[in-house]
Amino acid sequence: MRAYTPKDDVQKKSYYTDRFYVSPQVPKQEVESDEIFAADLAAIKTKFDVLDAYIQVEQMVVFIKPNDNYKVLELLKDELEYTQLSEMSAIDFLAKSNSFEIFYQMLSMNKAKRIRIKMTIENGAAVNSVEKLFRSADWAEREMFDMFGIEANGHPFMKRILMPYDWQGNPLLKTYPLQGDEFAAWYEVDKIYGKEAREEIGPEIRDTARVDRYDSDRFARLGHEVPKGTKITGDEPVVEQTYQEDGGVFLIKKFDKESSVVIDDPQR
Amino acid sequence: MAQHKVDYTKSGGLPVALTSIDKLANWGRSNSLWAMTYGLACCGIEMMAAGASRYDFDRFGTIFRASPRQSDVMIVAGTLTKKHSEFIKRLYDQMTEPRWVISMGSCANTGGMFNTYATVQGVDRIIPVDLYLPGCAPRPETLQYGVMLLQKKIRANSASKAQKPKRLM
Repeated sequence: MRAYTPKDDVQKKSYYTDRFYVSPQVPKQEVESDEIFAADLAAIKTKFDVLDAYIQVEQMVVFIKPNDNYKVLELLKDELEYTQLSEMSAIDFLAKSNSFEIFYQMLSMNKAKRIRIKMTIENGAAVNSVEKLFRSADWAEREMFDMFGIEANGHPFMKRILMPYDWQGNPLLKTYPLQGDEFAAWYEVDKIYGKEAREEIGPEIRDTARVDRYDSDRFARLGHEVPKGTKITGDEPVVEQTYQEDGGVFLIKKFDKESSVVIDDPQR
Repeated sequence: MAQHKVDYTKSGGLPVALTSIDKLANWGRSNSLWAMTYGLACCGIEMMAAGASRYDFDRFGTIFRASPRQSDVMIVAGTLTKKHSEFIKRLYDQMTEPRWVISMGSCANTGGMFNTYATVQGVDRIIPVDLYLPGCAPRPETLQYGVMLLQKKIRANSASKAQKPKRLM
């Protein structure tokens, strides 16, 4: 198994850098290039601070201040016809700027337009819940809390949604190891059998590609099965696996190929 | 045919069969393996197919029960997540002895391709397993073969003595 390396600053250093490489950027357009978006942005700008705004892949992206999120979404819903919150979550930028980026993906069926509202919050800060505006934010904010640890103030049931309630850690953080930290590795053993059972049950075997024909604790070699824990020397006899015992089974007729009939006529 | 010409030892003759209690009990156990519906993921679809008319588990006496109290064998078909692990243990404990467990598919055997924080790396970390079925997902034929092997295993054990309860630890 590959040794685990800490991934605390995995965003800061890349393992391969090309001196002349320019990372591709999705081209941005001015908001003025689209009439509907320009009108929407003007409506937002009259009431709220807009830090940045542009159009990317036919969608307008608007950066707002974190405290305005409820009011901005209310404006979009009630006055600008963006009646659906199709998605919302967070992006982990902790290594880069010790902050999260929260996005709200809005859809207007009347205008056939999508707007993405974005805001940056500090690590450890909470956001205002928009669950009162959009029911879809109920589970989305719980998932954000579960996966990133960002709380939503005013949410009616701020609990984990995917992981168990007694889970520790937030799995979608970039620092969270894919195969789990120590808490995750022993979670089921600790919970069911207690910590003292760790030694008896043993650590997880994470290398599923490992094949050891001398290991009879896990799986015996097919056709050469031995009882669990037997020391394997290599000259185990072939064990034929058959459907039934040779002598036949009590009260059960053994299938006899000779006396069986093959039906050739499908229209029988 | 005159009465005295009847060969009572042939089938349909004397309505008596001689056997041992062991064999009779094992015959009953192995041919009425009621399985618990435990479809956790895509293997559950194959398990359902094995129970449906094309493959027809009923002819083995394997009838799916929705309650652990009524079932003899737990077919763990699919990925076991860590969140669910306590419930599989609870359901296993609710089954009456003698009880058996078939671990169906790669995910139930070893965690399979889900080498992640949220997946139990093999159900044998939680409950004792009698039979591991390889495959992703195993075909219904494989599950039928597995059930027949389990029947063979049950017949090989002595039923007259109380079956030693299987414990993981």
